Amino acid sequence: MGRYVARRLLQMIPVFIGTTLLIFLMVNVLPGDPVAALWGDKPPDPAQMAIIRKDLGLDLPLWQQYLNYLGGLLQGDFGTTIAGNRPVLDQMTDAFPVSIRLGLMAFTFELVLGLFFGVLAGVKRGKVIDTGVTVFTLMVISIPVFVLGLVSQQVFGTQLGWVSPNVKDSMDMAQLVLPAIVLGSLSLAYVARLTRTSIAENARADYMRTAVAKGLPQRRIVSMHLLRNSLIPVVTYLGTDIGALMAGAVVTEGIFNVQGVGQLLFEALARREGSIIVGIVTVFVLIYLLANLLVDLLYAVLDPRIRYA
Amino acid sequence: MRGATHVKWAVCAVSVALAATACGGSSSGGDGAGIVRSSWGDPQNPIEPANTNEVQGGKVLDMVFRGLKRYDPKTGEAENMVAEKIDTTDQQNFTVTLKSGWTFSNGEKVTAKSFVDAWNYGAHVDNKQNNSPFFANIEGYDQVHPESGKATAKTMSGLVVKDARTFTVKLNEKFSTWPETLGYQAFVPLPQSFFEDHEGWLKKPVGNGPYTVESYTKGSSMKLRAWDGYKGPDKAQNGGVDLVVYTDNNTAYTDLMAGNLDLVDDVPAKQLKNVKADLGDRYINQPALIFQSVVFPMYDDRWNKPGMEKVRKGLSMAINREEITQQIYQGTRTPATDWTSPALREKGGYQEGLCGDACTYDPKRAKKLIEEGGGLPGGKVQFTSNVDTGSHRDWLDAVCNSINNALGKGAVCTVNPVGTFADFKNQMAGYKMTGPFRSGWQADYPLIQNFLQPLYATGGSSNYGKFENKEFDRLISEANKESDQAAAVAKFQDAEKILADQMPAIPLWYQNGSAGWSDLVSDVQLNQFSVPVYDQIKVS
Repeated sequence: MGRYVARRLLQMIPVFIGTTLLIFLMVNVLPGDPVAALWGDKPPDPAQMAIIRKDLGLDLPLWQQYLNYLGGLLQGDFGTTIAGNRPVLDQMTDAFPVSIRLGLMAFTFELVLGLFFGVLAGVKRGKVIDTGVTVFTLMVISIPVFVLGLVSQQVFGTQLGWVSPNVKDSMDMAQLVLPAIVLGSLSLAYVARLTRTSIAENARADYMRTAVAKGLPQRRIVSMHLLRNSLIPVVTYLGTDIGALMAGAVVTEGIFNVQGVGQLLFEALARREGSIIVGIVTVFVLIYLLANLLVDLLYAVLDPRIRYA
Repeated sequence: MRGATHVKWAVCAVSVALAATACGGSSSGGDGAGIVRSSWGDPQNPIEPANTNEVQGGKVLDMVFRGLKRYDPKTGEAENMVAEKIDTTDQQNFTVTLKSGWTFSNGEKVTAKSFVDAWNYGAHVDNKQNNSPFFANIEGYDQVHPESGKATAKTMSGLVVKDARTFTVKLNEKFSTWPETLGYQAFVPLPQSFFEDHEGWLKKPVGNGPYTVESYTKGSSMKLRAWDGYKGPDKAQNGGVDLVVYTDNNTAYTDLMAGNLDLVDDVPAKQLKNVKADLGDRYINQPALIFQSVVFPMYDDRWNKPGMEKVRKGLSMAINREEITQQIYQGTRTPATDWTSPALREKGGYQEGLCGDACTYDPKRAKKLIEEGGGLPGGKVQFTSNVDTGSHRDWLDAVCNSINNALGKGAVCTVNPVGTFADFKNQMAGYKMTGPFRSGWQADYPLIQNFLQPLYATGGSSNYGKFENKEFDRLISEANKESDQAAAVAKFQDAEKILADQMPAIPLWYQNGSAGWSDLVSDVQLNQFSVPVYDQIKVS
């Protein structure tokens, strides 16, 4: 097990270098000059542009820029923004806590309710409640997230006045509830559907018949035997979803005015702030890699037949 | 629910009544406790006077600083603020005398040195300030900010401190209206703490204006409070202003409707249809110092050979400005009839209809003129613009439709969309355009000079079309030497008439600034830069 984890961690290094290089190159081939764009409609000042380029190392050849960036990264330095000359790390430490909160809240929401609905529908398959869950999840899947966001903002925020329609303080968990629900609802539908199918399939397995024959209570059969064995596809999905919830919140963050990573990334793309884009994506890559490792390790916990050597 | 609605109406009525009495009462002092909650965008650059060149940081500077002069939001005239007088005998050497009694909010006195140090800082190339070019006409700028290479001096030789309240300025050349430019925010004074503890100052800017910064959370909000010790004539009429960051103006508008916000200064395009019903008369929409045009690449012979001025004029006459501004912009653009902006006022040099017939929609004459001039080069015309913001794609399509209909030769006019502004700007600054291209110009100060010289004079800093005309250059230079303002404006307008004759740039429309506010505040107005005049807002 220990060797397996070590191997996986070592494998991350080439993946990490490869992705950062790729993104670094992609940002650099985008047309336009972010330094000149600092002046807006006004003509840029060549002497000042030269100084800014020199200070940020943008006048060096591309390979050298990349090596410098990588070197800085290893020391925890994510570089400096072109506009405003701020450390990228500062902006990321402002935005990531917000997105992590939002992401975890959405994740908890989808996990708890998704599993609940899924188990309910799977156990009572063919009954009214099963049809209800199926229809409900189908609806959620077919509504685009911005429609869901704008409608719930209008209904719960403006008309009913239960919550503030927009987030004033992005660090306040209470204000993040509605955005988190909107953000997590699509995944909730998928989790519920995956769980339902998996449960329905495993309910006919031999070990289930054995458990029932042994006279175990229903509650224990469902939670310890049925659910645990049915969780593998769900866990696979949830693992990739952690990253998606944080990276893919651009639309939701925009609607509810949450100052998170999605907004930061969007603005950085518009302004062509390469160092922010590469920095954020690098962290996302790390999150995805770790979540994947965690998922693989969870397989072994859920199903003792799976072993890693 | 019905009961609740009644209560809501009652509250509304009461608050309106309160607002009315507040407006009526002339004795209401400047120390009202009400806080104005206003929408804001996160400024790209740190808030430094010589580095802030966009409206969001400009809002803060306008509250926290007062310069030598300030533009009256109503008349647009530059009036003395910290300056007692600015004298000159030769339009090139100026003596600036300050009023006594001005201090920064940290207690430091505003002296001649506060100005000279601030300007030298702003001009120096090593400080990487975006607004450096504003100091370019002061003597010695070349030494602190050379075209290339290192600076050879620390300060500009043209600035000399005489005593605590006097300093002199020597310009590179005669520029009679130079004192009128001093209302721009790059020219405000700075306290010593700016230089001593720069990082700390950026976190909490200290100035000499009617407000002080209470707290600043980057990316989220800034709280400004009225400064009790402010001695200037424009004391804040409210207790303070909370600037709240919104990444999307639709979100801000939603919050205004929900009563969570008092003021939005950018009403989103898709709400323009509802704004009358939503806000009634709590909405303003007035021309700003922004002029939109289409510029011809005069460096391309196909557009510059003799006779082409008729084609250029013809294209201008083929554009139905009235319809496009109504249909696409819902009246938030005003059709242009000269090359300046109505925000300048008549006295400042705006002259309605200066462009004459050439800017009036007349498809028949347009077709005739273009034919007389030898027709479109290669039988077609392609307009280039970035299309990532500002509904540029929409109006370009409309302009082309208008031209195609007027000419009646099928789709001879097409649009060349460029994905990003940065890319568009590269093509424009590299003089790589092969057909007319969009140009948006926001003036730095309400002066006719600023609408003409940088854009159309030979070697002008933003003369992207490379228009060159000796007569035009001569008139501009004469106007700059004129000591009498009215005479100077007349000379500038003479120069403008050459544009009407040559049509190197087709005037399209003036962009408006807009704002909407809640029923809790009153007396909202926008200045020429479309920034709300925060200190005049009253809270009920």
